[in-house]
Amino acid sequence: MGFLEISGLTKSFGQTEVLKGIDLDVEEGDFLVLVGPSGCGKSTLLNVIAGLENPTAGEIRIAGERVNELRPSERDIAMVFQSYALYPSMSVAQNLGFGLEMRGVPKAERETAIQEVAEMLQISQLLKRRPGQLSGGQRQRVAMGRALVRKPQVFLFDEPLSNLDAKLRVDMRMEIKRLHASLGTTIVYVTHDQIEAMTLASRIALLKDGILQQFGSPEDIYDNPANLFVADFMGSPAMNLVPAEVVEKEGEIGVALKQRANGALFLPAETRAAGPLKDWLGRTVTFGIRPEAVTDPDAADHKAGRLVEAECRADLVEPTGADTYIVTHLGGKEFTARLRANSRVKEDGAVTLAFNMGRSVFFDPKEGTRIA
Amino acid sequence: MSAGGEGVRLGAGSPFWRAVLYAVLLVFAVYYLLPLVIMLLNSVKPLSEIRGGNLLALPKVWTFEPWHSAWSTAQVGVQATGLKPYFINSFLMVFPAVAISAALGAINGYILTKWRFKGDSIVFGMMLFSCFIPFQIVLIPMAKVLGTIGLAGTVSGLVMVHVVYGIGFTTLFFRNYYAAFPTELIRSAQVDGAGFFRIFWRILLPSSGPIIVVSIIWQFTNIWNDFLFGASFADFDSQPMTVALNNLVQSSTGVKEYNVHFAGAVLAALPTLVVYIVSGRYFVRGLMAGAVKG
Repeated sequence: MGFLEISGLTKSFGQTEVLKGIDLDVEEGDFLVLVGPSGCGKSTLLNVIAGLENPTAGEIRIAGERVNELRPSERDIAMVFQSYALYPSMSVAQNLGFGLEMRGVPKAERETAIQEVAEMLQISQLLKRRPGQLSGGQRQRVAMGRALVRKPQVFLFDEPLSNLDAKLRVDMRMEIKRLHASLGTTIVYVTHDQIEAMTLASRIALLKDGILQQFGSPEDIYDNPANLFVADFMGSPAMNLVPAEVVEKEGEIGVALKQRANGALFLPAETRAAGPLKDWLGRTVTFGIRPEAVTDPDAADHKAGRLVEAECRADLVEPTGADTYIVTHLGGKEFTARLRANSRVKEDGAVTLAFNMGRSVFFDPKEGTRIA
Repeated sequence: MSAGGEGVRLGAGSPFWRAVLYAVLLVFAVYYLLPLVIMLLNSVKPLSEIRGGNLLALPKVWTFEPWHSAWSTAQVGVQATGLKPYFINSFLMVFPAVAISAALGAINGYILTKWRFKGDSIVFGMMLFSCFIPFQIVLIPMAKVLGTIGLAGTVSGLVMVHVVYGIGFTTLFFRNYYAAFPTELIRSAQVDGAGFFRIFWRILLPSSGPIIVVSIIWQFTNIWNDFLFGASFADFDSQPMTVALNNLVQSSTGVKEYNVHFAGAVLAALPTLVVYIVSGRYFVRGLMAGAVKG
């Protein structure tokens, strides 16, 4: 039994069903990230956990106790809002202390708690200011401080970094991660940014259209996507997902990817995948492989179960400094490979790519479900 | 771009056009101020000078006797009390009526925007409708209600009438103001453990200055200047200023003391003037606030 348990949760606004039966189970100290495209219901789910919205059906338990009937203030949670929601007429110190004051914590105790949190977040010099006099990053800190000062059982974050500029966002992301490491409090964090999800989470729940697509560790979600949507959503640059025919060649099951010239490229599947793929012989599947699993032969992971080298043509070369991405044409679509920065590839030139088939995935092109 | 910009600057900025602009503004200012000036001038003249027929001339003899008379000795209706007791009646009516209607409007606006319920827009629509009901229509039913609850002919009765009539407007003001107030603040306060009234008192009200001023000015002016309800629902001893002023001017005994009438009229207008001068700048700011933030 988990620390935060959500079972059979549905939520409708009038006729529209926003959450369609969500089941989640998080251990104490986990960092759960709810991620998905806008309108997938992730913020609604967070509001239901907070008690700001009532679920239509289903149950929420925190530390074993059913909280459906409890008001937000009785659930022992603290929330950081997207707009920070700092009280405009109060000073930073008053903002930090408001929750404690509402709970009847004596003034002296409140002061100590405020000082403590202000020091932890390095906002001590701002305590007398009003929210209107703070910069975006400072407001963000105060908003987090207001949650921290209460020492709740669960922190809820609703896209807290979306109003910050790119550099500050990366800094605050690290700071949140550090805070979580030092406090060890359970966190539920909503974002639409898959990189934030990957970097922060210990567990990721990926939602789409109110349905939980996959729930697991970041590695699991990244390497073993449950369906086409998850595979496409996670990762940047996105996973190569191209149509390929399942064929048998010299006794080996594999996929044939259409090339622009000289016929199809045959990629034999790993033993793990060969079994399930047998049922698809002669039919088309969606073949998926991440750009970093397609690289120059020297950089390839030679411990990989199955490494296949093939000659391709580099249509486009994109050096990013750290890596060089090349775009080629496979399966009738653009196909990205990640090479070492110093690999000398010329545009429109030939390049030898090593496909790490151990990291390939196969989907049913119609249903989007995983085959192997 | 440069040609157009310079053309505009030359046009509006040249001394000639500036002079025309100020001249026009001056004409309008005089036009608006003239009635007030005439009232003030004639309120400090002896009656004989007015009856001499020169309404626009400066007084030859300055006297404040008309003011004194209007305030405390003039014949109002049948009694020679001056306007003083009615002035007090008006204050006794206007303060509670403004306070109660503004407070109820604020609570209504808070509920209609932050504690939405099924049919809330219908409720708001009906309250809005009350702003458009002509006063005359409710006279008889209101008289009946006042009689039934025993408030007929009292200042309290007038307070009630004005509160009932004012709620529509104050609700409209506060609802529109609070509609632009971020709901996440309310949610945050809820998570922090604040209840319905504490959120209102600690989070919303401290940010409501401009709209409170708007409501107060609007309500104060309307209630202070109201004549119809005062004339319909008040007794002699609970009449507001406006009705007494009418009685003062309409007194049929003796000569018409125009200077006293003028002084009385200025007295009657004084409180609303003071309210505007003190809080006028907030009024504009408050009316703009919703529009800009929206």
